[in-house]
Amino acid sequence: PSLLLLLTLTKLTNCFLFSPRQEIMKWNGWGYSDSKFLFNKKGQAEFTGKRYRLSGMTLPSLQDWFENTFGASVKHKSPPVLNASVVPPPRLNEAFVENLKATGIPFSNEAEDRVFRAHGHCLHEIFALREGKKFERVPDMVVWPNCHNDVVKIVELACKHNVCLIPYGGGTSVTSALECPPEETRCIVSLDTSQMNRILWLDENNLVAHVEAGIIGQDLERLLNESGYCTGHEPDSMEFSSLGGWVATRASGMKKNVYGNIEDLVIHIKAVTPRGVIEKSCQGPRTSTGPDIHHFILGSEGTLGVVTEVTMKIRPIPEYQKYGSVVFPKFEAGVACLREVAKQRCAPASIRLMDNKQFHFGHALKPQVSSIFTHFVEGLKKFYITKLKGFDPHQLVVATLLFEGDRERVLQHEKQVYDIAATFGGLAAGEDNGQRGYLLTFVIAYLRDLGMDYCVVAESFETSVPWDRVLDLCQNVKERIIRECKERGVQFQPLTSCRVTQTYDSGACIYFYFAFNYRGLADPVHTYEQVEHAAREEILANGGSLSHHHGVGKLRKEWMKDSISNVGVGMLKSVKEYVDPENIFGNRNLL
Amino acid sequence: RELSSESNIYIYCLNILVFVTLQQRDPMLKRDCFEDILEERRNSSDLKYALRCYAPVLYKGVTPCKANMLKNIVLQSDQLHYVINQVSQESGEAPDIIQEEASVILEEMAHRLQISTVRCFAFALSKAFKTLFQHVCVNEEGIQRLQQAIQEHPVVLLPSHRSYMDFLLMSYILYTYDLALPVIAAGMDFMGMKFVGEMLRMSGAFFIRRSFGGDKLYWAVFSEYVKTMLRNGFAPIEFFLEGTRSRTCKSLTPKLGLLNIVIEPFFKGEVFDVNLVPVSISYERILEESLYARELLGVPKPKESTSGLLKARRILSEDYGSIHVYFGQPVSVRSLAQGKVNRSTYNLFPRHIPRKPMEETQSFVNDTAYRIVRLQEDNMVLKPWVLMASLLLQNLEGLELSVLTEQTVWLRGLALSYAAFLDWPDQAPTAKVVSSSLALHRGLACVSGDRVSLVVGEPLGPVTPEEALFNRAVSVLSCASYRNQVLHVFLRPAMLAVAMLHLSDEVYNCFSFLWDMFSNDFILCPGDTVQDFEEACYLLVKTGAVQMPQQDIVMTDIGQPTLSFFNGLLEPFLQGYQVVCRYLCEEASEGLTEKQYIPAVRSFAVKLILAGNLRCYEVLSSDMQKNALAALLRMDAVRKVKVADQVTLIVNKMAVNSIDDILGKNRMISHINQTPISPSLSLVAVAEDLYRDGLTPSYIR
Repeated sequence: PSLLLLLTLTKLTNCFLFSPRQEIMKWNGWGYSDSKFLFNKKGQAEFTGKRYRLSGMTLPSLQDWFENTFGASVKHKSPPVLNASVVPPPRLNEAFVENLKATGIPFSNEAEDRVFRAHGHCLHEIFALREGKKFERVPDMVVWPNCHNDVVKIVELACKHNVCLIPYGGGTSVTSALECPPEETRCIVSLDTSQMNRILWLDENNLVAHVEAGIIGQDLERLLNESGYCTGHEPDSMEFSSLGGWVATRASGMKKNVYGNIEDLVIHIKAVTPRGVIEKSCQGPRTSTGPDIHHFILGSEGTLGVVTEVTMKIRPIPEYQKYGSVVFPKFEAGVACLREVAKQRCAPASIRLMDNKQFHFGHALKPQVSSIFTHFVEGLKKFYITKLKGFDPHQLVVATLLFEGDRERVLQHEKQVYDIAATFGGLAAGEDNGQRGYLLTFVIAYLRDLGMDYCVVAESFETSVPWDRVLDLCQNVKERIIRECKERGVQFQPLTSCRVTQTYDSGACIYFYFAFNYRGLADPVHTYEQVEHAAREEILANGGSLSHHHGVGKLRKEWMKDSISNVGVGMLKSVKEYVDPENIFGNRNLL
Repeated sequence: RELSSESNIYIYCLNILVFVTLQQRDPMLKRDCFEDILEERRNSSDLKYALRCYAPVLYKGVTPCKANMLKNIVLQSDQLHYVINQVSQESGEAPDIIQEEASVILEEMAHRLQISTVRCFAFALSKAFKTLFQHVCVNEEGIQRLQQAIQEHPVVLLPSHRSYMDFLLMSYILYTYDLALPVIAAGMDFMGMKFVGEMLRMSGAFFIRRSFGGDKLYWAVFSEYVKTMLRNGFAPIEFFLEGTRSRTCKSLTPKLGLLNIVIEPFFKGEVFDVNLVPVSISYERILEESLYARELLGVPKPKESTSGLLKARRILSEDYGSIHVYFGQPVSVRSLAQGKVNRSTYNLFPRHIPRKPMEETQSFVNDTAYRIVRLQEDNMVLKPWVLMASLLLQNLEGLELSVLTEQTVWLRGLALSYAAFLDWPDQAPTAKVVSSSLALHRGLACVSGDRVSLVVGEPLGPVTPEEALFNRAVSVLSCASYRNQVLHVFLRPAMLAVAMLHLSDEVYNCFSFLWDMFSNDFILCPGDTVQDFEEACYLLVKTGAVQMPQQDIVMTDIGQPTLSFFNGLLEPFLQGYQVVCRYLCEEASEGLTEKQYIPAVRSFAVKLILAGNLRCYEVLSSDMQKNALAALLRMDAVRKVKVADQVTLIVNKMAVNSIDDILGKNRMISHINQTPISPSLSLVAVAEDLYRDGLTPSYIR
């Protein structure tokens, strides 16, 4: 009996100790359980919780925007089904379980734990959860290694017993990368890195930090901040995504202009593969030692092994930060300005250009203004831009800016950028607008849940494209979406919106939002997927890449051959063949 | 007759396939109704009409672009700059000078569309049209579709080209319906007419040189000019796929240059789609009728001059019947290219650097061009006279009026069951229809007593035999230009009929030979041989002329008149090609140059006719001679060799002889088809059946 008690206790602690995040997060939507948008009894939108700048505020114009944009109505609710999905029973590999127990590494085969790690945040995944649909295949168990050596042990055991491992970091994938292949007959073990979340050391001489790969973005940033440093890597998902995940998907951060993308930030990677541990022997800032082996790991999407530890560049926390925004009369002018900024290589830490639809969207998220005075000032601003400057409210777009550095430099930099903007007809539009623009990216995923409560499905996707094709690509992809929706019987005009989120010397990253009211459709998710598929084809035909930072996963596998050539695919395959001949890391992403 | 083994396979799937392919080719089985736009002009003030408010909606609501601004956009484009630098490097001239040259080219080319000029034209044309024509009919549904298309996508208008009138008429119609006025690609020859040239320029014409093959700069300016207008949707672009007016009223093999230019922005992702709108303009009587015939006979075309145009005032006193303008369904380039062209192949090359289109693209554009011309053909309105002309040409000695009437009725049934777009006056008795057609075309046919025959130009004083022959040829060729209008309806079954009646046992092979031989004379989409064969079989079976028991194609008891009519229809072409072959084998000298070829064949044919060995006048047409030569070149029976400045034709007599043999089996040159068609009573009954069927909507074409 004492043994039994012990086991039960372990299980309880498992849930409690090893997955505190799971407790405070939604199981069928985005983010924290306490934070969500809802329409209150007065019909006004509000954002619950205390975590965000918007939390606890009412957003008086959101409902109008929502109803007008989608033809939706707050009367037509489509709330989630409350009972959890039916979970198939685990297929355990007894020998593996026995061996694992001996190592003392915690694990669980509770349905809740398994389902939580069976998905990312693709529309179809969340939709299925809300509707209480059954997942065909979920992990059979979850393990929580505590350090690199634990991972080595787990991988060895997995190889020994032919168990399939799927690494799990923050669970924010939007490429079906976490989906278990339905055809997988072996026991699937989800390897949750969340306990490997320490900064192991910090080297101020070389400005690097050695960090365990399971750490979540916001924790990493907070811990470094305590020592006066930051990585500056801020992908929109940084509240929930993990360092290992960034490496495995070639993530990109909002402030890459100053700090670089993940591949620029990483100095050293340690990863455990079925063949053993792969790492470099030094931390030289650059080497000429054949093809960079880091690049086999970066973007491998969990098909080769688990990233356990990463040495990363760090920077002192900037002295001064300033948001800003510029209004342009037209999207074309905005793009031309961003192009010029990129040409002069004077991009601020972040510069983004939202199209007109997103500008209105952002406005719909303005909290209630308390004083008549603010009202008055807002009115004046609007009058100035639309009447005196002759900007068409249905054409104008806004660029949001974030400057970082020492105060003087920032102010100088700011002037330089605003001067360039002025030559393209841009008008400075204040810090507040800028900040709200960035806020949108953090709450957008919460808004999707709100949409889904009222028959609206939504998703985002991204690409990168040479400068000269930016405008055409945006235009054509939007048009294609509208057309495909029409052809597939979507009865309401879809929302298609885009923004240029990153600038490079030779091109830009473009991020699309796409949403529609699905009332009257038998299978909205299927329709959605068909349209997204068409949109991706359009992107590729217009010179866009398969992905700028989301990755390929299983969602975009079909285009890999066209994207990187047969030989390219062959190269990747042969690496996989050497590193993992038994396909232990069997999530079947990428290839 | 046995079919070749390969064709057997096709026959099995015939019933299913043909149904599908025919439907694919023409998704719009139902055609729109027409409205006469002259009717309102006859009832209200032309001045008011010319001055009325004109506010067309443009593509995505863009504001129209001033001609000067347009020029600036073109001159400042990356595309042009690239070529200017390239040319400058090659020639050693400074870029500024080349830039200046480009600016001059553009000046010479660009349109200067002015609404005031358009209004002048609107006024003048209203007056002219009312005197010249009884009706100008337009399908308003087509106009509505066009209006929609203009707002959604850049539009390219592709009218058929039979007359100088065409582009004035197009602009006139678009103005009438308050649609965006097109900019029109016109040949530089118009510029010769000083005042008129400028007037046309101000009504939206832009002028291109007839040939500028090697001139990079010219090409760059030209293509960028067109693309700029297209990409921005400033105005619909209009040009003639056939490149020039068809002197024979047959559609001409499409030219691809401009089509390539307007399609490329889609492939490069610069526009979401491009809509091609085929427009079929059918004239009941063509203004240039006898002018064309003379031109084909070697009388050079009068140089366009303003005074020449004024002389043409004489034509104002005549009745030219009606015009039908049919705006076809807009064809989306995007949908056409789906699965045929991989646009991402354009990703790896800067878009502003000119590049020869890839093979995949070229064949797509070629295919598209043919499809559009066939769509034009499909919607050409045919008048009863067209049928009568076809019959008269098979009976050059003339026909009894009653026989002509009877046979016209029979042919009408056949044409309708083949989905010809026949404009037969409802409710009018047949005799009336025939007589009014004869009245309108009294310049071509005359009724003396009970006999109808072709008119031979009134001899003024004593004529030489050559002059008499020439006069007769003019009326035959004029008449042929009407018969030619119906050829696209009958062509495929007619080729099958010829294959069955005259040629060897392998019907499919013969068909395919004819198909290949005639592919310069008629619009036969490259690679469609099998499909056309199936269509031919299907149509002949449908009208009961042949049966297809298992693997055979057999003429039925009632099939004789149909097949022999078809045979007679193509006879002039067969004979013409044969004469060319004979000439090349028997008469052509060693160093025959390309320039000498046409006059030489002509005098060879004249000799044969005068000697009474040939009664086919159509071979005198330079058009047929050119097409025959093109066919022989294509079949490698003749080669072109460039010696010094001359292009010499090298004849492979063996090959030409064997082609002549195939064409001429069972036929001697002196033997003209004289199988008279004498429909028996039962035949008339069949014809009536067909006619009725032709009218029922359940009938697939």
